[in-house]
Amino acid sequence: MKKPSSFAAGTIIHRGGFTLQRRQVRLAWLMLVPALAVLIFVALYPLVQTVYSSFTDEQFLGGTTHVVGFANYYNIFTNNTNTAASYPDFAAATILTLKFTVWSVVIEFLLGLGIALVLNSQFKGRGGMRAAMLVPWAIPTVVSAQMWKWMFNDISGVVNDFLMRIHVLSAPQSWLADPSTSLAAVVAVDVWKTTPFVALLLLAGLQVIPTDIYEAAAVDGATGFQKLWRITLPLLRPAIAVTLIFRTLDAIRVFDIFNVFFGSTIGKLTMATAIQNTIVSNNEVGYGAALSVVMFVIIAIFVVVYTTVFKVEQQ
Amino acid sequence: MSTSVIPPTTIVAPPTKSGRPARGQQRNPVLRGLFYLVILVLAFYMLFPFYWAIRSALVPESAAGDTPVQYWPSNPTLSNFGDALTGGILKQPLINSAIVAGSVTLLSLVIGASAAYALGRLRFRGRTIMMYAILSMTIFPQIAILGSLYTLFSKWGLINSEWSLIISYLIFTLPFTIWVLQSFFRTMPHELEESAYVDGASPFRTFWSIMLPLAAPGLVTTGLLAFINAWNEYLYAVSFLQTADHFTVPVAIVEWPPSTGSQFAIPWDHVMAGTVIVTVPLIVLVLIFQRRLVAGLTAGAVKG
Repeated sequence: MKKPSSFAAGTIIHRGGFTLQRRQVRLAWLMLVPALAVLIFVALYPLVQTVYSSFTDEQFLGGTTHVVGFANYYNIFTNNTNTAASYPDFAAATILTLKFTVWSVVIEFLLGLGIALVLNSQFKGRGGMRAAMLVPWAIPTVVSAQMWKWMFNDISGVVNDFLMRIHVLSAPQSWLADPSTSLAAVVAVDVWKTTPFVALLLLAGLQVIPTDIYEAAAVDGATGFQKLWRITLPLLRPAIAVTLIFRTLDAIRVFDIFNVFFGSTIGKLTMATAIQNTIVSNNEVGYGAALSVVMFVIIAIFVVVYTTVFKVEQQ
Repeated sequence: MSTSVIPPTTIVAPPTKSGRPARGQQRNPVLRGLFYLVILVLAFYMLFPFYWAIRSALVPESAAGDTPVQYWPSNPTLSNFGDALTGGILKQPLINSAIVAGSVTLLSLVIGASAAYALGRLRFRGRTIMMYAILSMTIFPQIAILGSLYTLFSKWGLINSEWSLIISYLIFTLPFTIWVLQSFFRTMPHELEESAYVDGASPFRTFWSIMLPLAAPGLVTTGLLAFINAWNEYLYAVSFLQTADHFTVPVAIVEWPPSTGSQFAIPWDHVMAGTVIVTVPLIVLVLIFQRRLVAGLTAGAVKG
């Protein structure tokens, strides 16, 4: 971290007898107070409240709340899918979320890396390509989900029409309803929406690699592949780490596309849509809070694993 | 939250143009052709869905469900755009979204810029801890506090009110704004402050009259990103808003009411006209501020 200005603060005496140093400290806290107040109020307090609720049977507008100890957690870990109490199948939701996360992050990373490498070289139309990449990024996720839902339409969707014209399909496919293609359909939308962002992050990493390394490698007779494998990828590691961490965390929290495509369809819930359904549609605030805590812990595990892996590799 | 609050990164991104390997100018014509083919396929994948939304919005209602599908509309019409805007299905949500995203952006900039200056330029005990707290908040999962906010807002009668969103969106816009702006403040030269102090300006006056105006480009970038993220948010909006007159744009696009006549079918021609209407301003905005946005997206923890 770069040290802030090191001029002789504290030696200049100002009105009121305060030294500049002390006035700076006072001002710093004054300037931080509004932000701290907001964050404590909108994030920290609700988070504490969530942890508390997770030990209760609180229901939205539902009379008295009782403390039930670990009952909610017990039901989650035994995967109690009691329909009378409208508990979602959270185990299934977790598995679906992880499947989605792995597929989308892997594809987005590989595709994004390819695009970043292409954009990092000079060619005609590079600026246009970069602008085209920002289009999917700029469109709101739910709006793009609606656009794709229409493209995936069983009867008059363009995906079916196109694939039948080129004779890949002989009959229309119900992309979203058919369990064998529904996950692929969601991943296709997420890849479309998010790859540009991945490519931009990796491109920024590529642009700080000094070119003279490549020139030296060329003098030594390195092949294109050797340059990629031995220079580009190792030097890109910090950018790769950051990209993977944030993409993974985003994918685990996925809500928008699944909610637009499947709503609360049984078997197509992710962790986030299951929790939202439990709280908002079924009014089970206490149980939903326990689910939120479990999800929070899963996310925390991912953060710890990722940071450890990348730290170990760097040593 | 797939509206992706764009994470701060540890990447520095000065756009350099010098001496990149020139793949486009491959001497081998086959490789060169292949290279441009890949680029064409990628551009097609990225742009086609948007073309398709426009095409579907231009096709008259009577031909919307035609098979085989027309790839180029034979009788284009603009009537779907009119239908989407009249009747209040989209008009009120556009106003609501503008109010919500505008207020959130303004609040984040005012509160965020002052906190960012303190973190980036002033020396005080506890600064490092505060920096880590803010950074960790940028990956805060919004879903974790959905239930608490839901109960809290209902206690205050804020369910189905734009206020619930203006308050709750600060959770993701504020930490991000603070983080990017503090790194922005940090890059400004010390001489500016020093000469102000020597001239007898107070620390606050130095911030207000000298540093803040100079930070205007950073404010524009972070403001835009905050606005886009607030405009696109869906999880809280769909949870806290209940009636169509309070919907924001994302909720309105998803909960589009069926057209009269066909009770259950989604009027895709209108919905697509709606998606085009709400998307075009965003695309124009993004293309105008292209360079700044990319810098803002990839800057962040830069000199942290």
